[in-house]
Amino acid sequence: MKKVFSNPLVLIGFIIIASILVLAFTAPLIAPYDPDAIDVKAILLSPTSHHWMGTDGLGRDVFSRMLYGARISLMVGFVAVGIATAIGIVLGAIAGFYRGWVDTVIMRIVDVMLSIPTFFLILAVIAFLTPSIWNIMIVIGLTSWMGVTRLVRAEFLSLRNREFVLAAQTLGARDVRLIFTHLLPNSLTPIIVSSILGIASAVLVESGLSFLGLGVQAPQASWGNILTDGKEYIQFAWWLSLFPGLAILITVLGYNLLGDGLRDAFNPRSSQH
Amino acid sequence: MLIYLLKRFLWMIPLLIGISLISFFIMHLAPGDITTSEASFNPKASEESRQKIRELYSLDKPVIVQYGLWMKRMVTLDFGTSFASHQRPVFWQTKDKDGNISLGMIQEALPITLLINVLSLILIIAVALPLGVVSALNQNQLADRGITLFVFIGFAIPGFWVALMLMYWTGVQHNWLPISGLESLGYEHMHWYAQITDKLKHLFLPVFISGITGLAGISLFVRNGMLEVLHQDYITTARAKGLHENRVVYGHALRNALLPLITIFGLSIPGLIGGSVIAESIFAIPGMGKLFYDAVLMRDFPVIMGILTIGAILTLIGNLLADIAYAWADPRVRRGVIQ
Repeated sequence: MKKVFSNPLVLIGFIIIASILVLAFTAPLIAPYDPDAIDVKAILLSPTSHHWMGTDGLGRDVFSRMLYGARISLMVGFVAVGIATAIGIVLGAIAGFYRGWVDTVIMRIVDVMLSIPTFFLILAVIAFLTPSIWNIMIVIGLTSWMGVTRLVRAEFLSLRNREFVLAAQTLGARDVRLIFTHLLPNSLTPIIVSSILGIASAVLVESGLSFLGLGVQAPQASWGNILTDGKEYIQFAWWLSLFPGLAILITVLGYNLLGDGLRDAFNPRSSQH
Repeated sequence: MLIYLLKRFLWMIPLLIGISLISFFIMHLAPGDITTSEASFNPKASEESRQKIRELYSLDKPVIVQYGLWMKRMVTLDFGTSFASHQRPVFWQTKDKDGNISLGMIQEALPITLLINVLSLILIIAVALPLGVVSALNQNQLADRGITLFVFIGFAIPGFWVALMLMYWTGVQHNWLPISGLESLGYEHMHWYAQITDKLKHLFLPVFISGITGLAGISLFVRNGMLEVLHQDYITTARAKGLHENRVVYGHALRNALLPLITIFGLSIPGLIGGSVIAESIFAIPGMGKLFYDAVLMRDFPVIMGILTIGAILTLIGNLLADIAYAWADPRVRRGVIQ
């Protein structure tokens, strides 16, 4: 563990993500205003000591909305990647463990999913359902499990015939036991790394969808839909565009630094480069 | 080579069947059927247009028949007519009985999106290649660190935010570049060279925005590929026999490091096509992305299904071209030595 944090990039990534987690969890305590409270006397105020990040077109406090937006962004990232990772582990484990025709079928499904442009797929599903935060999380999860599946399968294929697995099998361990107590724990590191990087892209997708008006719906605050307002008022209110964009940038950067750093720390081969 | 191509081509058939299944599944995702109120909160959705959807996808027939008919639509590339845009054909032009041609929506939008994507691929290659090579040759030095920082920011920065900032800076504040559409007012009356500069000015920001994420990825890829190749034995041999360093780097190393790039470009096509939604809708470019976005907002199902399918077919074609190019570039692949 000490070795992991000796990498400055991991440390920076960790600090960024930890701070955002703290801010998101304590949002109700530290937000100076109700994020949805409309104040017609305070429309489009530039940042001051009262409103650190100014106010929006309805007089809502941008800083408070940013804090609540952090919750959305974290929740979407974790839930969507949770769904994707769960599907990926199950399918990848089955494909890599049993091989044969099951493997072929699963990998062909992966190929098909990868050949449909993901953003189109997500938008199409949203068009048939209704945009809501739950639908967004589920849809992002259901369209991003392919990488994990390939990863878990590859790990399982390389571990499947190692002595410790064969030994356990000879001793009469059942398939489920082999998968969950021998193979999966040994594949955990790459899964964690890819999940962290997956959260980063889920955050980007969610903010993009919300920016387009097809994600988290007003009045609920999300960094993406604050930016939509920013676009509207771009000529007079730079703060509406600047802060949410920076927040997305820093958050995604944090996850990427953490993910890449962990991969380097656990994989001696890649740290040579 | 021929056998390789044939195999590769046949391989697309199961993929197409898979795509037809997934798109069919999406069509039936909505609770009830897609004509019920949940999905169609487009106020224009009258009983008449619901009836049209039912007819178009034969929703009154058994599921298996519906799928067969959907499959037929996919194979013949006939996606029906748009609900929102005055019955225009979704994919390709049709002639009515008076001989009037009405152009297909995708037919009009596709060339624009392809142009933007090709230009952004050129931009990516022009910028990412030198960055990756410089980074690898100066491993862990200042230039490498700087480029790596740029790569990390490129990965993390939301394209639509950059678009917004650039729009404000170059369009609103300084009035350097036009911020919407593809042509200025009075384009038809311009000289041909004025037309070209006008087009390029309009294309600059959208191309830059589509390329920005890919740029980071490709330069990182070139850097790592170069580093890997530079540690190979044949590079040591080339140096040992006294070849000039430039020859070693550009003649031996770069050529081999670039090989996998072909596959990466193939794989980046769905991302580029999907990404066009954001760039095109911000800059009001009438391409596939904007068409799709508008269709989603209007719940114009024939257009949605048409673009989804065409997007997937384009990806398949892109991957096929990438594989052919790879086999052409690497004799080991076309002779079946490595997969």
